[in-house]
Amino acid sequence: MATRDLADFLAGLVSEAGVSGHEREVAEVAKAQMSGLFDEARHDALGNLILLKRGMGRAPHPRVMLAAHMDEIGLMVTKIEEEGCLRVTEVGGIDRRILPGLEVVVHGRRDLPGVVGAKPPHVQEPDERKKSVKWEDLFIDVGLTADEARELVQVGDTATFATHPSRLKGQLMAGKAMDDRAGVAVMFECLKVLADARHHADVYCVATVQEEVGLRGAITSTYGIVPDIGIAVDVGHGDMLGVPEYDTLTLGKGPAIAFGPQVHPAVFARLKEIADDLDIGVQVEPSPYPGGTDAFAIQVTRGGIPSALISIPLRYMHTAVETVSLADIKKAGRLLAEFVVRLDKKFVEGLTCF
Amino acid sequence: MLLKALTEAFGVPGQEHEVRDILRDHVRPHCDEVETDSIGNLIAIKRGASKDGPKVMLAAHMDEIGLMVTYIEKSGVLRFYPVGGIDPRVLVSKQVLVGRDRIPGVIGAKPIHLQKRDESEKPFELEGLYIDIGAKDKDEAEKLVKLGDGVIFATQYAEIGSGRAKAKAFDDRVGCAVIAELLAKDRRWGFTLQAVFTVQEEVGARGAQVAAYALEPDLAVALEGTTASDVPGSKEHLYSTRLGKGPALTHTDASLLADMRIVRRLMEVAEARGIPFQLRELAVGGTDAGRIHLIREGIPAGVVSVPTRYIHSPVSIIDKQDFEHTLMLMEAFLDSIDERGLPC
Repeated sequence: MATRDLADFLAGLVSEAGVSGHEREVAEVAKAQMSGLFDEARHDALGNLILLKRGMGRAPHPRVMLAAHMDEIGLMVTKIEEEGCLRVTEVGGIDRRILPGLEVVVHGRRDLPGVVGAKPPHVQEPDERKKSVKWEDLFIDVGLTADEARELVQVGDTATFATHPSRLKGQLMAGKAMDDRAGVAVMFECLKVLADARHHADVYCVATVQEEVGLRGAITSTYGIVPDIGIAVDVGHGDMLGVPEYDTLTLGKGPAIAFGPQVHPAVFARLKEIADDLDIGVQVEPSPYPGGTDAFAIQVTRGGIPSALISIPLRYMHTAVETVSLADIKKAGRLLAEFVVRLDKKFVEGLTCF
Repeated sequence: MLLKALTEAFGVPGQEHEVRDILRDHVRPHCDEVETDSIGNLIAIKRGASKDGPKVMLAAHMDEIGLMVTYIEKSGVLRFYPVGGIDPRVLVSKQVLVGRDRIPGVIGAKPIHLQKRDESEKPFELEGLYIDIGAKDKDEAEKLVKLGDGVIFATQYAEIGSGRAKAKAFDDRVGCAVIAELLAKDRRWGFTLQAVFTVQEEVGARGAQVAAYALEPDLAVALEGTTASDVPGSKEHLYSTRLGKGPALTHTDASLLADMRIVRRLMEVAEARGIPFQLRELAVGGTDAGRIHLIREGIPAGVVSVPTRYIHSPVSIIDKQDFEHTLMLMEAFLDSIDERGLPC
């Protein structure tokens, strides 16, 4: 039974494993959980999940694409050691210092729970804790002998963090892969609103693949859809002690609408106007350095696609305890739904006029 | 399952209430007396045939390494300090539970994207770390958490690989479980068995000290979860113990020269019953036995351990056969006291 509860949806989605290039199970769960909210579903050659909700009324319909990536950072097995432990490297950017003592799941012939070994203080060299661990210090222990491990695991298998999502106070949820399953949850919220709304535009909700290794899913899916407007939904750095306030968004203060080279100014202005009009609290995220999100890929597809970026504030990005606010996700979903509802031909035509 | 319940229980030094409650419920039906002392030790007595017979003490500590909340920031996040020996480098990106109400929190880290070049060449230091429970400010945090609250890792017990199990706090819930299961066998020996579940081992074996004084045993064995460093990157002479090779017998550690008569007796009964065992190869670390053997005019003491990988981290691993063999060895050892008297 598909859920309509945001917390259940997100918790279920982040519990699936989907290191870049291995997003199939995430896509299956996302599609199943959103069933009833879209008219058509398809996968393209790279594995992007493309859900279409058709607009009402006479063709042609403006086409809006929403994109959130479903892949997550993770690890990849590089060697099976004599002790049965597995050496690994990163897929996507991982600070290796978060790994000692972390639980993981190795996706071998079957899923194998494992632990990244941490050297106990008792057997450390003097001053060892003053050193940062290196990749060559790290290994995963799956509780197998080398022979058993070779039966079940091969070089190239991926591993994901084993964090169970937990609810913190104030509508917060912490877990792995919130970057960017939170964005997929925004599309879920958007489709929930649109289910009871009248809209002329066709809406393509795309759960993209391989964002963490180079926005690759957005490149092919945008080409295939040829949207009039493409809006990426991703995560932005949340406020935390130890990081300057000017580098972060505040959790719980609403989604951020990004502004910068990768964002079409008229789409930005429209999103901001709708948020103000409906009193949906939002933040503005200056995005001077483009390139880190699917919006950058969307923008330069074919002859150019007007693009925008919505960011969900997220603390502790690329760790096993990424933390987001469910309230921010809900608001972002509503904002995008209102954008779709209000979209007309005139606005789309105006996007080439500078 | 006892080991699951015990390892998931809350028990930072001085706040061992959950562990104590589980053990009390488990051992009460099998013992003549079950009581607590002023420091919080749980003492379960199984009386022997004669009142004047010998007294044998088995000790395992209930506490685990953890954290303590020391300050609440204006923003509502919690500063903390380790209780027991924790390498701060294992803390980041972990889920924790705070206080008696087990408030969920996370220890985050500065995202790699916002770090300066080469920042990851330095380890995370304690001063930069804090727990985020999602409180919006200090006021809200103070409603949920008090200064001094203990913090545990939110790690669950599970069986993994072939015959192994992962959990937090195998050091020393595995020792507690050995003693509790031994009592649950409902055996009765000629001597009085003093099963002591101690507090505050990780901060200096304080519970064991007062319990041994009060109980005056003729002999004591501490049951432990000890370092197994048989992993990649570790030099073989520093393995100390190996998973799957049976209980580890201690000759010496930083706190104790084990009474050789006890060690010999353990080896003899293991060989007689075909129970595998290994000798612990490192001389570092300390246990309750290190404190017990110096009580009053001295108490002969030894240590038997279940080898455990990654102790003092959020998640450790044991081999379940080692646990079973430790239980068998301790039963054989107690039987030998009935059969042959005390070894010392």
